[in-house]
Amino acid sequence: MDLRPKRYVDTVVLSPVGRIDHSTSEDFKTALAPHMTRCAEGQDRVVLDFAGVEYISSVGLRVLMLASKQAKAQRGALGIAALQPAVREIFDISRFTMVLDVFPSVREGLARLSPKALAAFDAA
Amino acid sequence: MPPDGRLRVKFWGTRGSIPVAMTSAEVRRKLISALTRASGRKLETPEQAGAFLDRELDFAGAHTFGGNSSCVEIATGQRDYVLCDLGSGARVFGNEVLTTRGSSGQRFHAFMSHAHWDHIMGFPFFMPAYTAGNHITIYGCHADLEEAFRGQHAAPSFPVDFSRLSAAIEFVRLEPDREYQIAGLRVRPKLQRHGGDSYGYRFQSNDKVVVYSTDAEHKQDDLTEIKAFAQFFRDADLVIFDSQYSLAEATSIKEDWGHSSNVVGLELCQMAHAKRLCLYHHEPVSDDERIAALLAETRRLEEITRGDRRVEILAAYDGMEIAL
Repeated sequence: MDLRPKRYVDTVVLSPVGRIDHSTSEDFKTALAPHMTRCAEGQDRVVLDFAGVEYISSVGLRVLMLASKQAKAQRGALGIAALQPAVREIFDISRFTMVLDVFPSVREGLARLSPKALAAFDAA
Repeated sequence: MPPDGRLRVKFWGTRGSIPVAMTSAEVRRKLISALTRASGRKLETPEQAGAFLDRELDFAGAHTFGGNSSCVEIATGQRDYVLCDLGSGARVFGNEVLTTRGSSGQRFHAFMSHAHWDHIMGFPFFMPAYTAGNHITIYGCHADLEEAFRGQHAAPSFPVDFSRLSAAIEFVRLEPDREYQIAGLRVRPKLQRHGGDSYGYRFQSNDKVVVYSTDAEHKQDDLTEIKAFAQFFRDADLVIFDSQYSLAEATSIKEDWGHSSNVVGLELCQMAHAKRLCLYHHEPVSDDERIAALLAETRRLEEITRGDRRVEILAAYDGMEIAL
């Protein structure tokens, strides 16, 4: 899965597209892994731009939970931004909005995670 | 017993982990809400009051999901009784049998998911066990099932030792993934992920299928396991499913606690083409409004994720009956 990474100073924005379910979650997990390795204190912050994600099943949410746990263990920061309305409902119903940092837009995610990255994003 | 020969399921206990009861404050809150809504209405007869409750109040406003722990009856149209688990709901069921069918001459078949306390605690208060002439067969896949039942009757936990129960009581050990013919039903147990293991049961009578799957955790990234459960649920008319936790809880702070969620239950039923998903083994801290909200959210999730087949979503309550 191509996550189309874009770097804004110390923050990487990743943009998965389509459905994240049993047939794609392993690819999503594999593509996410190297970015999560570097999502640590003094290294990168990661924002997942979900504007292109149409659906996420429980197995996809589990990938996000594991990524969040990894980021916390490494004192990194992970945000998920720009959920489509149906995906936002799935996050609400599964209570993932209570355990993950979810932002209305990529810009708002960057604003919380890194002022330097926000400045670069606005200048781009 | 169903007079028309249809398979019927009745829930005698639907709460997970430990029985709960509504508090005085909760009853008062419901009454205040209902009386306020009834202000200015003409409610002079029980019928008028009942019609008002049915028309004007939602389930949580006019009823309660109840608080007895796991016990479900499958009425097959035959004389024998079939039960899943013997939690505190079994006490209420036993009393109902005494009232409607008399104290003796009954035959009971109980299929045990496992022997955790909330699933066996109704048996010391199951009155048919105290009467000669009743016959109780307790089925399960655990080697220590009989020991668990005898243990909860032993001093100092209970005053009546198991050996003093007058009914004929036998334990039958089943093997998972093997099909049995018991009490007019085809029955197949399946191993489930839970502390000390638990077992689900797939019951079939003619063309109707009921799956009882409680106290089971599902690891969504174990595709082999997910496919096996989808097969276990395949084309079921009713899946009774442990939805004690939210998906977020089940994959984070309560991971490996042995329970599942509404989200995973729906996904498995969609994969299996099951017709109905019944949310079961409710979290004991959830009040009626919270369980009603869980039901509404699960119905909404079904709507936004529906493929070419609809899954009907229900939330079990003590006393609920479903005809298949």
